[in-house]
Amino acid sequence: MEAQPVIAVEHLTKTYSGGDEVVHALDDVSFTVPRGSFVAVMGPSGSGKSTLMNLIGCLDRATSGRLLIDGVDVEQIDSDGLAGTRRDTLGFVFQTFNLLPRLTALDNVAMPLAYGRMPRRRRRQRAAELLAAVGLSGRARHMPPQLSGGQKQRVAIARALVNDPAVVLADEPTGALDTRTGREILALLQALNRDGRTILMVTHDEDVARHAGRILRFRDGRLIADEVVAAPLDARAGIEPAPVPVSTPETAGTPGTAAKPVPQGIPGAVA
Amino acid sequence: MSFIEATRMALAALTANWLRSALTMLGMVIGVAAVIATFAIGVGAQETIGRIMTSLGSNIIVVWPGNSNLGGARGPSGSSGRLSERDATALRDEVSEALVVAPSVAGNVQVVYGNLNWSTRVNGVEDDFFVARDWEIDTGRSFTEAEERRGAKVAIIGRTVAEQLFGEDDPIGSVIRIQKMPAEVIGVMKSKGQTMFGQDQDDVIFVPLDTARQRLLGRFKSRPDQIDSITLKANSAEALDEVEKSARAVLDRRFAQQTAGDLSEAYNLRNLTQLVEAQTSAARTLSRLLGVVATIALVVGGIGIMNIMLVSVTERTREIGLRMAVGARRRDIRLQFLIEAMVLALVGGTIGILIGAATSVTLARMTGWPLVIAPDVIGLAFAFSAGVGVFFGWYPATKAARLDPIEALRYE
Repeated sequence: MEAQPVIAVEHLTKTYSGGDEVVHALDDVSFTVPRGSFVAVMGPSGSGKSTLMNLIGCLDRATSGRLLIDGVDVEQIDSDGLAGTRRDTLGFVFQTFNLLPRLTALDNVAMPLAYGRMPRRRRRQRAAELLAAVGLSGRARHMPPQLSGGQKQRVAIARALVNDPAVVLADEPTGALDTRTGREILALLQALNRDGRTILMVTHDEDVARHAGRILRFRDGRLIADEVVAAPLDARAGIEPAPVPVSTPETAGTPGTAAKPVPQGIPGAVA
Repeated sequence: MSFIEATRMALAALTANWLRSALTMLGMVIGVAAVIATFAIGVGAQETIGRIMTSLGSNIIVVWPGNSNLGGARGPSGSSGRLSERDATALRDEVSEALVVAPSVAGNVQVVYGNLNWSTRVNGVEDDFFVARDWEIDTGRSFTEAEERRGAKVAIIGRTVAEQLFGEDDPIGSVIRIQKMPAEVIGVMKSKGQTMFGQDQDDVIFVPLDTARQRLLGRFKSRPDQIDSITLKANSAEALDEVEKSARAVLDRRFAQQTAGDLSEAYNLRNLTQLVEAQTSAARTLSRLLGVVATIALVVGGIGIMNIMLVSVTERTREIGLRMAVGARRRDIRLQFLIEAMVLALVGGTIGILIGAATSVTLARMTGWPLVIAPDVIGLAFAFSAGVGVFFGWYPATKAARLDPIEALRYE
């Protein structure tokens, strides 16, 4: 079980300088995320959680500190290489879904594959498989405006998975959904996690966060708490026919909590 | 991302906004159509002028009388009536550089054959005239010296007159009536087509010079020596200038006494080659001017493309952010937008080529000019369209590629 953490954050700092003022959006943050874990990143707005997600998502570069994704220091990767990392290693799920309105559900799922080398026929096949996996095989030809919020988010999750990424980055995935639909999405994420997928989810909602195996709490750009959730909530509990066809018996084991918890302490917590 | 994939993406984006795409293309369509049509007009006009030049007869100078002046009231060109056969003889004797010196007279007549009649122009000429004009007799023969000397009742008819009076029949040997004079048709001229002013050169009858003056045209009764014009032909374009100089010297001398020294209106002399050259250069200037207009239209079309691409980049900021988040490299984004601009320009250009070609065909039909649609011009127009697409698409595409993905994803 000496696996390399899929994400390792070391003294990560991000500052923005607006005029004379220097804002520490992220202030000396360190933690690791072992492969297969489900981590919630919590904090009020302005706590630095979005900045953290942008850095881990390779959309932004840190001011100082190190970020290793799959053991590779992203600072050493050039712009095209970062695009490659985003494509192959990371999958994004957004609060507002970000589906392209003029593409069908299937084409939306297949879209990231256009930036790889897969032939077109295989891409559509793969996209169809993933739509089926999130329970939307009947909606392949629908346009986003014809889909409900929950369905849109499922399409978005299918899209995030299409390149078989090591990590799914979910930014408030339930934020634009009602409680019930949100719970369905959480159930889907939990199922993915049981399949061994690493999930990093940003939320400001304690109830949502408690579905993860571990919670990282942020305030004013600092990591103030790194808690293991003793008994994560099971999203399937509240909903009747849980549509979670992604899980397979072999891999569906204990959720992320069982993965080696690496409590990092709170270094540099200077008042 | 492959080129094909980027093209497919661009086409999808453009068809999604098809009306806007179509309107944007319109600028290119008009520009390219203008280029093609302009070229067709320019080259067609030049070819036509060239054709007219040879139909007039190459390297010729025409002399005709000056204006009459009765108490200060100036008559029309040629009205002085002071050109005589003696002038022609003098020119023939003294302008040694001239290959041919051919006097002629002209008038309008009615010709009748059987129950058909036709109003046409009659030219009284000598055999030399056909040499001067590079005009060959198609069937039959020219006038003999004897016929010329005695003013014989013979005629050589133009192609149009032959068609009007004889249709499909062979006119040679038939006797037609010119005004009241019967005349035997001894020859039919080859077709010359229209002059640059649209006059049918084949609508003409030739008779010997004296036949016309003595038997057909009444105005020569009092002055049987008078002629309407003298055509001089030189061996080459270079020799023509010499011929012109010598001819002017001879005529100036001859007219000096009659006009009391004022030679400005004594006679008219035109170098037809110069005339045609002036026409050619006018046509060239016109086609250059049209070319400038067409280029401006293309540039305006390009600016239209740039404008709409900038709007498109702004509208699709979130899409760009998303594509970057899922793994598009900056160059992929640039390629996608560049191809969109190229497709707009090239599809517009292609439609423009088609419309331009159609316009050229229509113009050729209307003016009777030769149809000129050169493949290299079409190739050039296509390449130019692509160039416009790249040139005006580059900035918007680069702008899209430089977007910050975080900002772009957050863009409302």
